Amino acid sequence: MAEGKIEKVSGPLVIATGLTGAQMYEVVRVGVEHLFGEIIEVRAGRYSIQVYEDTSGLGPGAPVLATGQPLSVELGPGLMKAIYDGIQRPLAVMRAEGGDFISRGANVPALDRSARWRFVCAVAEGAEVAAGDVLGTVQETPIFAHKIMAPPGVKGRATGFRDVEATVDEPIGAIQTDSGRVEIRMLQTWPVRQGRAFARRLPPNRPLVTGQRVIDMFFPLTKGGTACVPGPFGSGKTVVQHQLAKWSDVDVVVYVGCGERGNEMTDVLMEMPELKDPRTGRPLIERTTLVANTSNMPVAAREASVFTGITLAEYFRDMGYDVALMADSTSRWAEAMREISGRLEEMPGEEGYPAYLASRIAGFYERAGRVRCLGSEEREGALSIIGAVSPPGGDLSDPVVQATLRVVKVFWGLDDGLAAQRHFPAINWLNSYSLYLDVTERVAAERVNAAWPEQRREAMSLLQREAELEELVRLIGVDALPASDRLVMLAAKMIREDFLHQNAFDAVDTFTSHPKQFLMLRNILEFYHKARKVFDGGAEVEEIAKLAVLEDIARAKLTPETDLGRFDEILKEIGRQLDALVVAGEENRSETSS
Amino acid sequence: MITEYKAVRDIIGPLMLVESVDGVRYNELAHVKLPDGRIRMGQVLEVEGRRALVQIFEGSRGIAPDDVKVRFLGHGLTMALSEDIIARAFNGVGEPIDHGPAIVPRKRVDINGSPINPTARDYPNEFIQTGISTIDGLNTLVRGQKLPLFSGSGLPHARVAAQIARQARVLGTGEGFAVVFCAMGITFEESEFFLNDFRETGALARSVLFINLAHDPVIERIAAPRTALATAEYLAFDLGMHVLVILIDMTNYCDALREISAARKEVPGRRGYPGYMYTDLSTLYERAGRIRGKSGSITQIPVLTMPDDDKTHPIPDLTGYITEGQIYISRALHGQGIYPPVDVLPSLSRLKDKGIGPKKTREDHSNALNQLYAAYSRGKNARELAVVLGESALTDTDRLFMKFADGFERGFVAQGERENRSIQETLDTGWRLMGGLPRAELKRVRPEILDKYWKAP
Ligand SMILES: Nc1ncnc2c1ncn2[C@@H]1O[C@H](COP(=O)(O)OP(=O)(O)OP(=O)(O)O)[C@@H](O)[C@H]1O
Ligand SMILES: [Mg+2]
Repeated sequence: MAEGKIEKVSGPLVIATGLTGAQMYEVVRVGVEHLFGEIIEVRAGRYSIQVYEDTSGLGPGAPVLATGQPLSVELGPGLMKAIYDGIQRPLAVMRAEGGDFISRGANVPALDRSARWRFVCAVAEGAEVAAGDVLGTVQETPIFAHKIMAPPGVKGRATGFRDVEATVDEPIGAIQTDSGRVEIRMLQTWPVRQGRAFARRLPPNRPLVTGQRVIDMFFPLTKGGTACVPGPFGSGKTVVQHQLAKWSDVDVVVYVGCGERGNEMTDVLMEMPELKDPRTGRPLIERTTLVANTSNMPVAAREASVFTGITLAEYFRDMGYDVALMADSTSRWAEAMREISGRLEEMPGEEGYPAYLASRIAGFYERAGRVRCLGSEEREGALSIIGAVSPPGGDLSDPVVQATLRVVKVFWGLDDGLAAQRHFPAINWLNSYSLYLDVTERVAAERVNAAWPEQRREAMSLLQREAELEELVRLIGVDALPASDRLVMLAAKMIREDFLHQNAFDAVDTFTSHPKQFLMLRNILEFYHKARKVFDGGAEVEEIAKLAVLEDIARAKLTPETDLGRFDEILKEIGRQLDALVVAGEENRSETSS
Repeated sequence: MITEYKAVRDIIGPLMLVESVDGVRYNELAHVKLPDGRIRMGQVLEVEGRRALVQIFEGSRGIAPDDVKVRFLGHGLTMALSEDIIARAFNGVGEPIDHGPAIVPRKRVDINGSPINPTARDYPNEFIQTGISTIDGLNTLVRGQKLPLFSGSGLPHARVAAQIARQARVLGTGEGFAVVFCAMGITFEESEFFLNDFRETGALARSVLFINLAHDPVIERIAAPRTALATAEYLAFDLGMHVLVILIDMTNYCDALREISAARKEVPGRRGYPGYMYTDLSTLYERAGRIRGKSGSITQIPVLTMPDDDKTHPIPDLTGYITEGQIYISRALHGQGIYPPVDVLPSLSRLKDKGIGPKKTREDHSNALNQLYAAYSRGKNARELAVVLGESALTDTDRLFMKFADGFERGFVAQGERENRSIQETLDTGWRLMGGLPRAELKRVRPEILDKYWKAP
């Protein structure tokens, strides 16, 4: 391998000469401490290298070693429950070896070389196999079966595979190809900047249930779909991301903390082992991989962290799983690109971001999708991406937001005003959207109740009507509003407070199943319909607004999933109390008329 | 390493380009020797071939390229540490300025520190009582948190910060407690206010001061918080103390950052601040925290003045994106003579929920907090409505809420500068005020809590 010398050091950027033969995106080791770096530009024999660690102490003349390898991740058993930095170094191992603070030059493999895994063989001796075929599985955690697949580009006869206990780098069998024998190990690698192959794309037409009411009912996501959550600081991006990581009905979650707070990663690390997956009853951490490159960790590794995360996620997708990747925050990733670009003295585009910002963002979200996986078995996997965006001052004209909106299909716009009123999740129902509505509604209508789409439409139009009425109220005061409009305001308020508002920190409220979501909204709308009738029959809106059953409707969100019968009781009570109003009204009238 | 270079070519602002150097390394320190023998310190910002770009800490005034000699020291900026630093005062680069003896170091650390490994962090969840009701009651601070004061020019943020420093303690522990105070670009008067306060109240005996005043070199302002935080890390994680770090004023720090960036001719970001300001600030704020298996902690109260009271200005904006909440100091409340003028509605401590409750503060805290917040918000709305449409347009209930809002500002928000309220007093004050509201309207409180704490007057 070529050995060059440092010519220039400027923050995370190092320029070296003498690396003849080295390629773009090749990993190099910089200085006597062997810091990790990656070649990101070559110009007239000058190699620009982004260094993934603090460059203090580096100077001209220090050695730079080419490795011949592109920046890659290690794939194999041991990924679950792990927490990695931006270039997939295992943080827990680094702590055990290097202490509480991150030191430089740590060279720790991502996958533990000493751990032994039980490989259960799934191929017959002599069977024809090709890339993507499952050779066997390792039950990595009680809820995650890690499929060991024939590596890309390999095709031939399987020989010597059997049930065996092995480390990730011991051979577990071989494939006899036309050009010779290829030994197979559980450990494989893949360059992070290149998407993993699949057979073909499928439309992302199955809903991804998140248990978050405003999302599932109004702005749903699909398996293989893409969503973004932009919002100013404190508007609830991270809480949304955490909620999705916890409650999405997927097989695997990859959570990328990209340039955000250390304590938030600690929070995930401490909560995930405690929380139980509603589907399997097992701790959520058993299906989760974390990538944490916090804001104070080196900025070049932050740039890489998003690619590290997505490559891990693709690998899980290739096993035929539904995977969700959260990236909090893609703005910090874009800022890392901007910083490196500035040091390269590239021509800045909008707000100093490099001209290729939009294409990088598009390229990232394009790696999501529902696919037919490689391999002869009919296997389908899906990878959904949910990216947080943190625009300056919450301003949506920010280049990162705009570039993101051009590619993602779901937009959850967080609203400062709602957050200030402590209405959480602060997803603005007036400007958010989901382009997957049609498909998810069809499924919900089949699986839950045929009235799902109709209910959604009615609820949304009430909310929109409320927004119009509010403008009026500001001008003329609420008393000047016709009584029937005051009833609309009451119904919309119930939808907002008793349905949309969802407390992430309440043990019951944190997750709501599709059936419960349907029933909650059904009761509110039924209340509205019946109230309309008794109102037309002469009851006062003020009396309707005082009914005790409103309290039951409000508290219904705390009804456990095991007690959904409660909603029918409330429905009956709604009928009783509203009917009583009519009767009382009639009595009053008959009294006054007699 | 001991070579002295004379080939200084350019001097631009605080930056100096030195040529024909050998073996110079990124981020190392330099001594710039003036003809009269005085030495200024600098740091290597960039090195290419045989040219090094050096930023001079005390500024470049009085330096002529031909007269100076530059020597590179082979290491970055360090702070000499030992137990003896307590009750001492230093400048931004860690040199004593109180005429006391030099520190005999037990340890010398790079002021930049290293990032805490996320797996080593322990979640902040221990209640810190500041004695200020708006903080303890509604925006509870916990050990290891970073919670800034968002203020404006002319507002009493310094008094609030001093009161927190004076009163902050963790209930039921006798563990060592220290204050690290870092002044950046504030005036002599402001700084004296703190020093006098610390002196009078005896707080000085458990404080370490880092002072970079408005007339001190701008460039040292960049080093000051790092020196202070390196010191805090030593106190917290080597000596096991609970350290409260006050960083005042972050606006001056950011302006210094902008000045240097401009001198380097970097592509400016929003309002001229460098594009890497988020990352730069995070390398300060993220140094707050707790570490598993260590008894100490670092809690940060950065103070910043929002230019034009605008929270979307890059300084508060980027700060808010990193810290765990914010406390707003309100011009309107200050105008009404209310001290401390904390506007609780936009304020938020994001970690409060982890620090309150039965074993930490009191069982009713969470309910009372939500109800006080909601009631004040409703009362303020009613008050605004009354201004527009007249008080007669309000319902009876809304009138009660309006009255509550007034009482809340005068009885709960307002308190003496020397008044150190216990969390019990704070919560009891809240309940007393809520006594004026109909029980049926207190929907955020569980019935059994209402039974126990709510009483009609
Ligand atoms: N669903 C929710 N339920 C209850 N509280 C919430 C919810 N969402 C957000 N919050 C409150 O809002 C605070 C801020 O939320 P969060 O940390 O997610 O903001 P953010 O948008 O990620 O901010 P930043 O950009 O600074 O990281 C939380 O600490 C919590 O107090
Ligand atoms: Mg966040």
